[in-house]
Amino acid sequence: MTFQQPKINTSPHVSDEVRKTTCYMCACRCGINVHMKDGKVAYIEGNRDHPVNQGVLCAKGSAGIMQVNAPSRLRKPLKRVGERGSGEFQEIEWDEALQIATDWLAPIRKDDPSKLAFFTGRDQSQSFTSFFAQNFGTPNYAAHGGFCSVNMAAAGIYTMGGAFWEFGQPDWDHTKLFMLFGVAEDHDSNPIKMGIGKIKARGARVIGVNPIRTGYNAVADDWVGITPGTDGLFILSLVHCLMKAGKIDVNYLAQFTNAPCLINGDEKSPEFGLLLRDDNGKELVIDRATGKLTPFDQKGVKPDLTATHRHAGISHRTVMQHMAERYLSDEYAPEAVADRVGISAKRIRTLAAEIARVAFDGAFELQQEWTDFRGETHKTMQGRPVSFHSMRGISAHANGFQTCRALHVLQILLGTVEVPGGFRFKPPYPKPATAHPKPHCGTTPDKPLDGPHLGFVHGPDDLALKEDGTPARIDKAFSWENPMSAHGLMHMVISNAYAGDPYKIDTLFMYMANMSWNSSMNTRGVIDMLTDKDDNGDYVIPRIIYSDAYSSEMVAYADLILPDTTYLERHDCISLLDRPICEADAAADAIRWPVIEPDRDVRGFQSVLCELGAKLGLPGFTNDDGSQKYADYGDYIVNHERKPGIGPLAGWRMGEDGLVNGRGGINESQLDNYIENGGFWVGHIPDEALYYKPWNSAYQDWAVGMGLFDSPQPYLFTLYVEPMRRFQLAAEGHGDRQPPDHLRERIKATMDPLPIWYDPSPDNHCDDYPITALTQRPMAMYHSWGSQNAWLRQLHGHNPLYLPTKLMRENSLSDGDWAKVTSPHGEITVPVLEMAALNENTVWTWNAIGKRKGAWALDENAPEATKGFLLNHLIHELLPPKGDGLRWANSDPITGQAAWFDLKVRIEKADAPSESQPAMGPIKSPVGKGPMQLAWKVGK
Amino acid sequence: MTTLPQSTERKLGLVIDLDTCVGCHACVISCKGWNTENYGAPLADTDAYGSDPSGTFLNRVHSYEVQPSQGEAQLIHFPKSCLHCEDAPCVTVCPTGASYKRTEDGIVLVNESDCIGCGLCAWACPYGAREMDAVEKVMKKCTLCVDRIYNENLPEEDREPACVRTCPAGARHFGDFADPESNVSKLTAERGGMDLMPEQGTKPVNKYLPPRPKDTLSEGAGDIDILAPYLEPVAQEATGFLGWLDKTLEKL
Repeated sequence: MTFQQPKINTSPHVSDEVRKTTCYMCACRCGINVHMKDGKVAYIEGNRDHPVNQGVLCAKGSAGIMQVNAPSRLRKPLKRVGERGSGEFQEIEWDEALQIATDWLAPIRKDDPSKLAFFTGRDQSQSFTSFFAQNFGTPNYAAHGGFCSVNMAAAGIYTMGGAFWEFGQPDWDHTKLFMLFGVAEDHDSNPIKMGIGKIKARGARVIGVNPIRTGYNAVADDWVGITPGTDGLFILSLVHCLMKAGKIDVNYLAQFTNAPCLINGDEKSPEFGLLLRDDNGKELVIDRATGKLTPFDQKGVKPDLTATHRHAGISHRTVMQHMAERYLSDEYAPEAVADRVGISAKRIRTLAAEIARVAFDGAFELQQEWTDFRGETHKTMQGRPVSFHSMRGISAHANGFQTCRALHVLQILLGTVEVPGGFRFKPPYPKPATAHPKPHCGTTPDKPLDGPHLGFVHGPDDLALKEDGTPARIDKAFSWENPMSAHGLMHMVISNAYAGDPYKIDTLFMYMANMSWNSSMNTRGVIDMLTDKDDNGDYVIPRIIYSDAYSSEMVAYADLILPDTTYLERHDCISLLDRPICEADAAADAIRWPVIEPDRDVRGFQSVLCELGAKLGLPGFTNDDGSQKYADYGDYIVNHERKPGIGPLAGWRMGEDGLVNGRGGINESQLDNYIENGGFWVGHIPDEALYYKPWNSAYQDWAVGMGLFDSPQPYLFTLYVEPMRRFQLAAEGHGDRQPPDHLRERIKATMDPLPIWYDPSPDNHCDDYPITALTQRPMAMYHSWGSQNAWLRQLHGHNPLYLPTKLMRENSLSDGDWAKVTSPHGEITVPVLEMAALNENTVWTWNAIGKRKGAWALDENAPEATKGFLLNHLIHELLPPKGDGLRWANSDPITGQAAWFDLKVRIEKADAPSESQPAMGPIKSPVGKGPMQLAWKVGK
Repeated sequence: MTTLPQSTERKLGLVIDLDTCVGCHACVISCKGWNTENYGAPLADTDAYGSDPSGTFLNRVHSYEVQPSQGEAQLIHFPKSCLHCEDAPCVTVCPTGASYKRTEDGIVLVNESDCIGCGLCAWACPYGAREMDAVEKVMKKCTLCVDRIYNENLPEEDREPACVRTCPAGARHFGDFADPESNVSKLTAERGGMDLMPEQGTKPVNKYLPPRPKDTLSEGAGDIDILAPYLEPVAQEATGFLGWLDKTLEKL
C-alpha cells in the first residue's frame, strides 16, 4: 500500500494581535511579544527589536503564561481575622482596605513618621515607592539590595562610578577573554547568555571562578573551583603578579585614575591619609612636565605616578606608591595564598599570565577620535580585550565589599574599564559616588522627609544618626555598624523592630518580600518575631500591611493584604531614574501596560499607593485643592516630573517643536508612543562617545543633553577610596562624630581605603564547621516565584543538597541518602546528591524551591514542601556570640550586606525522615489549591 | 507498518552546540508554550500543582557530569528532542500510519487523528524522544515547528522552530542538511558535528557539536609554560617597581 502523506496546514493562524510589553520574571526585564487570541494570552516570545534580549527569551519568560494564570494569585483584599500566621482572612472591599490603611498610617504621620517602616522587596519601581516613603516622611525605606548584593553595587560606584549587572556589561563585540566570578548565575540573565554565546562562537576564552561548575561555569573553557570567600585574596594575588611583571596600563592609570593623586603623609594631621586637594577641592597631582603640584584636571597636565611632594618635612606620596608597597609584598604572592584560595600557585600565575597576554599582546585600537576632559584629542581608542563580570557570590560575604573593590582595582590596573574590549558602563552610569545623593533621615511630623533616603556617604558627617548618636533608621543603615550601607538593610528590619532597637515602630508595610520564608535569615526566628505578643497581649510588631500578587508564605503574617496584579495586568516604567535597561551603546527605558485586564478584584500596588497617598494628604500625591493628583500609576508615569523636564520616562517627551527625547515636558500620549514602539525607547550614544565615558567630553555633553546630569561630571576612578579613610580617621579619634568604642578597632581594620582581604570564617566557627554551604537559584526560576509555575516546577521540583565526591565518600553517602547539616545556629536534615564538579569543601542547593505547606496554591504533599528545604534555617542575622556580650551582625561591616555565603556547616549521614527537617506546619491557603490537570490551549 | 520515503527533498533539522548550551531550559519552555497552543492536542500536565507533577514536553535538557581521568570534572548540558532520523524506527513500527516522515523536508510527524496511542513508536525510538500525552492519549513529539517554519502569518525571520528562536546562548541552529552550503551543514563540518548513538543505525538528521577541550590553563596542561614569560618581573620590590614605572611614563 502506498503511504498517503496527510496534508497539514503549515500556515495556521498565529494570533489575533501581538501586544509588546516588558517581562517581569526576573530583574532582566526583557521585551516580550504577547500573542493574543480571543482576548487571552496565547503565547509569549522575546521581542526581536528590544535592546535587552533581541528576541531571545529564557525559560522563566516563556513560562509567563503560567504565572499570569497561576492559581496562587490573590483575588481580593484580605483582612486578618485569626491569629497571625493562621492564614485566617476575610475578603474585604478595596474601600475598606484603603480606609484601614489610612486609619493606621495617618496618625503615625501626624505624630512620628518614623513609626512606619516601608520596605519593598523585588520592587521594580523604587524611584516611585521611595517617592511615596519620602512624602510620608519616614526615614525607614529601602528595597532588597541590602540582603541581595549592595556590596557589588556600592563597591562599583565608590571605585569607578558604576558596577556590574544592570549598570554595565562586557564589550561582547571585542572582548577576547571573559572572566566571570561568583556563585549565582542570574544577573543579568539573557544578556550574559547571549554574550557568552557570541564570544564562544568566535573562539574567545571564558574563565569561570566559582566553587560550583554549573551553568556558565559548565561552558567556561577554564573552571577555577575557588574556596568560597577567598576571591579577594585570589584577585589581589593576580594584582601582585601583574604589577610585579609591569603588566598594568601605566598611561591609563596616570590619566584616568587617582593613582597619581597625593596622599597626606602627616601622621599627626587630622587629614592623615586623605588626598591633597586645592582650595576648590580638586585632587592634586604632580605634573611631570613642570614638577609642580597642580589640580588633576588641568589642560596639558601629565600626572606623575611616582612623585613625592615634600612639604614642611613631610613626604606626601602617590596612591600608586602606596599600592606598590602593599601589593608587591610577598603576602600576596601566589605561594602565600594558594592553600587558602584552593588554587595552586602555578595555576594562579598561569591565569595572571593569560590575562597579561590578552590585555597587552591582544591590545588593539578603534579608529575613532575622541576628546578627553582635559581637552586633549586622541586619534584612536585604545582597546584592552579582557573583561570581567561578577555574580552575587563574591559579594555575599562579610569581606564582600573589599572583594568587589579588589576586582574593580584589578580591572582598572589593566586599563580595561570603559575601553574597547573591556567592561563598559550603561547610562545613566558612569556616575561617581559624589554625584549621587547622600542619605537623608530628617523627620518632621506631618511633613515629608528632608531628602532621599538612600545614597552614598563620604564620611561620618553623612551618617544617618540622631543627635544622641544612635541610628536614625530602623535598619541601622548608615550607622557606625555599617557606614556605607547604600541600599539599606532590609534583612534587619523585622528583628530590629521586634527588639525595639534602635526604637519601636507601629506599622511594618512591605511589598513583594517573602520575609517569613526565603528572604530572611533565621526563618523560624523571624516567624516568631512576627507572631510574638507583649505582656498586654498585643503583637510586638503592632501592624503589618503586605502587598503581593501571590499567596506567598508572607501573606499569613500580615494583618492587611493589598493584592497586586500580575505583570501583564499593570502599568510599570523601567526608568532611568531607577534601575534601567540601558545598553552600553544606548540609553533605554520601557513600560509595562495592561495587555490583559485582571479577572480578580486586584489593583497594581503602585496605583494603590497613588490613592493611599492622596487619602493621607501627602503633598506629592495631592493637588492644591486636596484632590488625588495621580489617578493611577500610568497617570503618574506620564505626568510626574522629578524636576522640570525630567520624568520617569525619557522617550517622547514634549519639546517646543514637537516630541523630543531626554529632557522635555509632559506628553499626554507618551504611553501610546511607547506601545507603538513595542513598549520601549532607545536613544543611541554617538560614536565618538561610546567609550572612555567618564572622561569623554562628547559623552558628558550627550549625558547632559539627555538629562542624566545637569552639568558634565568627569572624574577619576578611585583606586583609593577616601571616604573609607575618613571613617578610619574617626575611629582613630579625629572629628566630632566618632564611633562607639567597641567598633573602633573593626572600623580601623576593615575600612581600608585600598582593597584588603580578611577571613570571615573564624567568626563563623570554621574549626568546628569546616564546610561552606551556598545557594544559587536555577536559571529557570526567580526567587520564590518559580514553584507556583506549573511548567517550571517540573524542571526543579525539589532541591537536593549537592555534595562533592570527597564529602560523599567521607560520610558514606549515596545519592538519595539524607544528611544532617549543622551550623552554629541550627540544623536541617535533607536529601543529598553527589556532584563532582564542585569545590571539595563546599555544598550547595537551589535557592527558594523549598516551600511552606499551604503556600503558593500547591498541594501540601508537593515535593517543594516535603523534600525541598531552605538553608535559611542555618543562618542567623547575628554572628555566633564571641563572649564579649555584644551582638555582631552577620553582615559586611562596611555596607551591612547580608553575609549569606559565610555559612559554615558540618555534615553527617542521617536516617531518612519522612520529609525534610525542620518540617513546619501548614498554613491555610487564602486561595485554595491549583487544579489537578492542565491542557493549556486558548485558541479554538 | 508504515514505510519511510526513499529519500526526502530536504533534510531539515537542528544543530545543537554542546560547547555553548548553559542548560537554562529556555528551549524546553518555549517549545512547551508554542506547541501546547498550536499543532495537535495541547501538551497536558497532570497533578500540575501536586505531589507528582508530570507533563508532556517535546524537548528536554538533561545534564551529565563527566569525570576525565585527569583534571576537573565537567558538566555537560544535553538538550534532547526528536532527531528526525532518516531511518526512523518510530515510523516503521507504527501500525496505523499515524507516524510518518515527510517527503518534502524529512520532518517526522504524528498524525494525531490516526494515532491509537499504542506507544510502539516510543518503544522503538532509541532516544526516548516521544512522549504519550496523559490526557489526550496520543503520541506527541517534536514537529520541528512545522507550523512555524513555513507559516506565512509569521514574519520571515520568525519562520524557525520556537526553541531556536528563543535560545539565549545561540546554541541551537536550524537548517537543511541536504544543502552543503547551509549554516547547519557548515557548522557540522567545521566543528565536527556528531550523530547521537550512530550504532543504532537510525541516521539522525540532528547533529550535536561536541564541547571544546576544557581547562587548558590547568596544571599538567600545555599552556602553562608557554605563558610564563608574560610574568617576567620588572622588579622584585616596590622601589625597583617605581623606577620601572618612571621609565615607562617617560616613554609615553
